[in-house]
Amino acid sequence: FPGLTDVSISEDIPVEGEITVPVGSHSPDEDFSTLDEPVRDTIMRDLKAVGKKFVHVMYPKKSSALLRDWDLWGPLVLCVSLALMLQGGSADSRDDGGPQFAEVFVIIWFGAVVITLNSKLLGGTISFFQSLCVLGYCVLPLTVAMLVCRLVLLVGSGTISFIIRLVVVIAMFGWSTLASTAFLADSQPPNRKALVVYPIFLFYFVISWMILTFTPQ
Amino acid sequence: IAYLAMYLFAEFDDAANLLAANPDATTISIDEPVEIPKNQHSHLQQTGREEDDELLGTNDSDKTELLAGQKKSAPFWTFDYYQTFFDVDTYQVLDRIKGSVFPVPGKNFVRLYIRSNPDLYGPFWICATLVFTIAVSGNLSNFFIHLGKPTYHYVPEFRKVSIAATTIYAYAWLVPLALWGFLMWRNSKVMNIVSYSFLEIVCVYGYSLFIYIPTAILWIIPQEVVRWVLMVFSLCLSGSVLVMTFWPAVRDDNRRVALVTVGTIVLLHALLSVGCLAYFFDAPEVDVPAPIIPAENGTVITKSQ
Repeated sequence: FPGLTDVSISEDIPVEGEITVPVGSHSPDEDFSTLDEPVRDTIMRDLKAVGKKFVHVMYPKKSSALLRDWDLWGPLVLCVSLALMLQGGSADSRDDGGPQFAEVFVIIWFGAVVITLNSKLLGGTISFFQSLCVLGYCVLPLTVAMLVCRLVLLVGSGTISFIIRLVVVIAMFGWSTLASTAFLADSQPPNRKALVVYPIFLFYFVISWMILTFTPQ
Repeated sequence: IAYLAMYLFAEFDDAANLLAANPDATTISIDEPVEIPKNQHSHLQQTGREEDDELLGTNDSDKTELLAGQKKSAPFWTFDYYQTFFDVDTYQVLDRIKGSVFPVPGKNFVRLYIRSNPDLYGPFWICATLVFTIAVSGNLSNFFIHLGKPTYHYVPEFRKVSIAATTIYAYAWLVPLALWGFLMWRNSKVMNIVSYSFLEIVCVYGYSLFIYIPTAILWIIPQEVVRWVLMVFSLCLSGSVLVMTFWPAVRDDNRRVALVTVGTIVLLHALLSVGCLAYFFDAPEVDVPAPIIPAENGTVITKSQ
């Protein structure tokens, strides 16, 4: 086949999977079923998948692992931990304090859904849950920033700690936006990329603002 | 495609007649909506009614309606129907924003920029940005105003985000709905030449709110005079876009009705900006001597304004 001599698969796309040819009907015992394996194996497999995606977010390079095998465990864990860490501020005693747990949850999930709908309406080719998965996983740098901010606030809450927190939050905000753009930008039509990237920028900006303005009681 | 072909054949006679009369007239190409205003412009100059038709666009209203009919043919419960409202490119959105910030006197925003392709991207995301800009700027300005005081404890005031969101989205969607209903009702009584679809009105309102985003950021400056000057300036700019859009739609009506309609549009717009300034931004400190109130146990408490 002369036309196929220059076709190659790029190295960084992991090719994995199973090729089985179903031959007639077979009893359920011969199927590969996850019911019989020890619980530890099941949990470790999912945890490893989540961990692998965390690594992909922190070192974003052209990889389709995040897109192909989407899962929403990671975003759920990140969202819950971020919302928990944003509690304990001046929210409890006053009326006009920081965001409640439910508000953080709603902002992250509703915001991610709206951005996904926006990119699909603009003609993107990514699927709904894949986009939710990417946006949720890219909250990881901001969760790390929240952790750092809380640790810095334990030490002191003066001007120096504010400057440290500002720098950390800005850096993590940039990292989140760049990571999610790296994963999502390819699936958009080329003359609408800015229209899709801007809402992602706004989304992470709002989360960064919530992190930066967190003041302990 | 069949509708398009029928329309083309129907127009062929008109085009042939016009070309026979005016061999130099440019022809209209349908597949580039952005080109239509330029070609229409040269054609209308030759008929000598350019000023009215630039504003009203009478000659192309049925063409644009037919073109609009071509695009929105999917039933409303399918995803493709809503995709037709997001059929804009980056440069189109930027052009529309530019048109709302620099209104050209005599040019109608809808006819010039929307051109039967109203989008929902601009109104939705401009409103979202405005909500967060007002909340964040209000919070920042309050922080700077109250900064030196010992009794001040910073709070992020997150409640105000939901209030801002409700207000701005209600303004950007309910006022166009009311205005559209009102214009439809007047249309049935008086033969108006210009009529706007609901989405075009939503589009104009959404894009006219864009000027408030930099205004809200500049409202952080804690000077009353500066804030009011900024507000009047942005009100003039966005109000003029609205007035120039809606004046052709009501000017053939009863004079009093037309003036009341346009006046209400401007008044609601002003109420929105005054309300936002008053609610989200605390007044800057005024230097008055604080009255001294003696308390029961003998200590003197200074009451600060």
